[in-house]
Amino acid sequence: MRNAARKIYITLIFIFLYAPIVTLMFLSFNASKSRAKWGGFTLKWYKQLFQNAEILQALWNTLAIALLSSLIATVIGTVACLAMQYMKKRNRTIIMGITNIPMLNAEIVTGISLMLLFIVLGMKFGFLTILLAHITFNIPYVILSVQPRMKQLNPSTYEAALDLGATQLQAFFKVTFPDILPGILSGFLMAFTMSLDDFIITHFTKGPGIDTLSTKIYTEVKKGIKPEMYALSTIIFVVVLLLLLLVNHTPREKSAK
Amino acid sequence: MNKKMLSLPYLFWCAAFILIPLAMVFYYGFTDKTGAFTLENILAIATPEHFKALRISILLSLIATVVCLLLAYPLAMILARMEVNTHSFIVLIFILPMWMNFLLRTMAWQTLLEKNGVINSVLSFLHLPSLNLINTPGAIILGMVYNFLPFMVLPIYNSLTKIDQNVINAARDLGANSVHTFFKITLPLSLPGVISGITMVFVPALTTFVISTLLGGSKILLIGNVIEQEFTQTGNWHLGSGLSMVLMLFIIVNMILSAIFDKEGEANAL
Amino acid sequence: MKDVLVNLEHISKSYDGQLILDDLNLYIRENEFLTLLGPSGCGKTTTLRILGGFEQPDTGRVVFGNQDITNLPPNKRQLNTVFQKYALFTHMTIAENIAFGLKIKNKSKSYIQDKIKYALKLVNLDGYENRMPDSLSGGQQQRIAIARAIVNEPKLLLLDEPLGALDLKLRQDMQYELIRLKNELGITFIYVTHDQEEALTMSDTIVVMNQGYIQQIGSPERIYNEPENAFVADFIGDSNIIGATMIRDRLVEILGARFDCVDEGFGENKPVDVVIRPEDVELTAPEEGIINGVVTHLIFKGVHYEMEVQANGFEWLVHSTRMFPVGTPVGIKVDPFNIQIMNKPESEDEEAAKTNE
Repeated sequence: MRNAARKIYITLIFIFLYAPIVTLMFLSFNASKSRAKWGGFTLKWYKQLFQNAEILQALWNTLAIALLSSLIATVIGTVACLAMQYMKKRNRTIIMGITNIPMLNAEIVTGISLMLLFIVLGMKFGFLTILLAHITFNIPYVILSVQPRMKQLNPSTYEAALDLGATQLQAFFKVTFPDILPGILSGFLMAFTMSLDDFIITHFTKGPGIDTLSTKIYTEVKKGIKPEMYALSTIIFVVVLLLLLLVNHTPREKSAK
Repeated sequence: MNKKMLSLPYLFWCAAFILIPLAMVFYYGFTDKTGAFTLENILAIATPEHFKALRISILLSLIATVVCLLLAYPLAMILARMEVNTHSFIVLIFILPMWMNFLLRTMAWQTLLEKNGVINSVLSFLHLPSLNLINTPGAIILGMVYNFLPFMVLPIYNSLTKIDQNVINAARDLGANSVHTFFKITLPLSLPGVISGITMVFVPALTTFVISTLLGGSKILLIGNVIEQEFTQTGNWHLGSGLSMVLMLFIIVNMILSAIFDKEGEANAL
Repeated sequence: MKDVLVNLEHISKSYDGQLILDDLNLYIRENEFLTLLGPSGCGKTTTLRILGGFEQPDTGRVVFGNQDITNLPPNKRQLNTVFQKYALFTHMTIAENIAFGLKIKNKSKSYIQDKIKYALKLVNLDGYENRMPDSLSGGQQQRIAIARAIVNEPKLLLLDEPLGALDLKLRQDMQYELIRLKNELGITFIYVTHDQEEALTMSDTIVVMNQGYIQQIGSPERIYNEPENAFVADFIGDSNIIGATMIRDRLVEILGARFDCVDEGFGENKPVDVVIRPEDVELTAPEEGIINGVVTHLIFKGVHYEMEVQANGFEWLVHSTRMFPVGTPVGIKVDPFNIQIMNKPESEDEEAAKTNE
């Protein structure tokens, strides 16, 4: 009996989660623009999507910013973790507190604070400002991924490397780095994901000339839904599904858990 | 020497992109257009429209948080009890929607809830009266729950899996039935995860403007909408910052609660 | 003759396709301190968990008193468990932990107060009512776990390797504590451990288990002095296990020399295994022994000297308070009473299974 109740509950949640997405998928093939009537099967929305230069540009921007910002954030974050290992406890706590601010703060506040910064500095809003903003909220995720692994490190292995003749740099790359690599990878992945999906902070720091996928969708949806958006949703869903399946069937070390 | 230099890049970044911007918000919040000190930006929260927006925001986000909690806890319990094989499959199914674009997810509900949307179409097909679903507070709550549910499930799930099975066994051994064990042992021990989940849902819900724009129309203004408009349309950064500072009060309370209860970092369950 | 309290009948249990217990039969008497002893994976913890109700056997039944409790959930059984890692409720005070079972039984406030005081006094932790479990040391937590269990006056107390995480001195102190508790409270104890010294110290009865089968049941003295097969002989204490031939009743040929012994019924000219404890090997002058050898190793162990003697192709382990330097030629004698004869097994699995019959 309990088992049945569990299964029913999970199924209900499942339906709740997927009903909107499946609806979008159906509508993406609907020849009629209406959301209610089925007008026949068509792929024309997909075609229109791929011909929409603005959306494609936005997609490209999104990927580029996500990749760049997560890479840079990963480097800065990992170096920060390393530095924190050698800090006094009090300083470390302060730095960790500051690191938590972007994560615990409302995105709207982070967004407007960065917007004010860029205005006061007289910077031109565009790719660079978005990038800087993304790096800023990505770094905490990297630190929170890498730090636990650093704490778990056995200091003796590093010292053993030094004892056997390695320089500090060599010891780091041969001993420490491989050990924290899973944390670095998962931090990178999390930063990448957060960056891909970000809307609010990008909204405030982008300026008029540039769009990421999220901001583009926002503008389009406010105007009225275009069926290309449904096609876009379906494609993203399929891509994400494939990625997740891939990730879950590779060795556990690399999975985004 | 070498070690001290390691921390410089990040220290610089913290100062430049976290602390200084925040300081600017405070600066603008406490000054008017002439640069003179004023409290009117903060007190502006008390004006009828602003206060109404704040009240609605708090109400809706509280309801959404409670709904999330009620839905998420049983789900987390079911997930925690599963065998590892089915378990990772279910987690996959569950995480998948999360990885879809936030805006598209919200837009999807718009499609379902609209006057000529899918739900109403199905209803009229069944010759039932159509419902006024969109642009209602209910729609916004629905959007909030849909988007933030995973953030409630994961910390609770983490907390539950950390409970030593033998502690549950000990409670049963001492005579407690399932209900008693749940309320006296499982629930209290999962509290850090619950608190973490609450803070991870309440703050985004409180400060959202996307969900209210897409699902609430221009009829329902949340405090997030007000602030966003001040910055992007009206250009009154002072007022916008002042109102944000009021919001930050809530956020600071959230941070404090988070620090007290979330010592193990359940918030980083993702 | 004490009454039987618990009866395990034909218990079998498989896990993930692996057979953990195969047709286990065991009874436990009232007021007994019974220990399930064996290496990891032998099934002792599974047996305990079946008794506690945390696992269901695939076949067989558990009879408690006159009642078949096989399908009874743990909270309805009149027994209590002390878990390996204490399993204290970390979000409750010590007093609340101890009171947990009593509150469920709806005992009065004053009753509970008295019981808490009594329990804490019993485990020598007076005054700890309002402390939190995390602030206690391992040994203290263990005692609270015991207090929490016994306060419910169970007829049967199950203990799952409770002393494993404690250091040696503390472990020894706790062993005496447990014996004292058992005598004071008159509860039946079922204790699980892989530590044979612990088992020998505390138990009235030891059940030696291996691979899901009972190897031998007996008092500590019998288990130690008269092991019934090579596994028990090897697991308990040190031993010399030598292949030999039973010439006839009370005469065995070991490594080419004939020794008088006291066992009968093993047939004539049959191959057997012989067990001789190191402390039962007498070293003499070379001509006075039954066989001769040379001392090859010598270690001072405090309690005794440990020596290895190479004699007739076998390395004999010897414990003695007399010391013979390495290289000394010696003779070996063994009192007939100290030679234990055992049947030779055909295979390890078969041996484990056979002795269960």
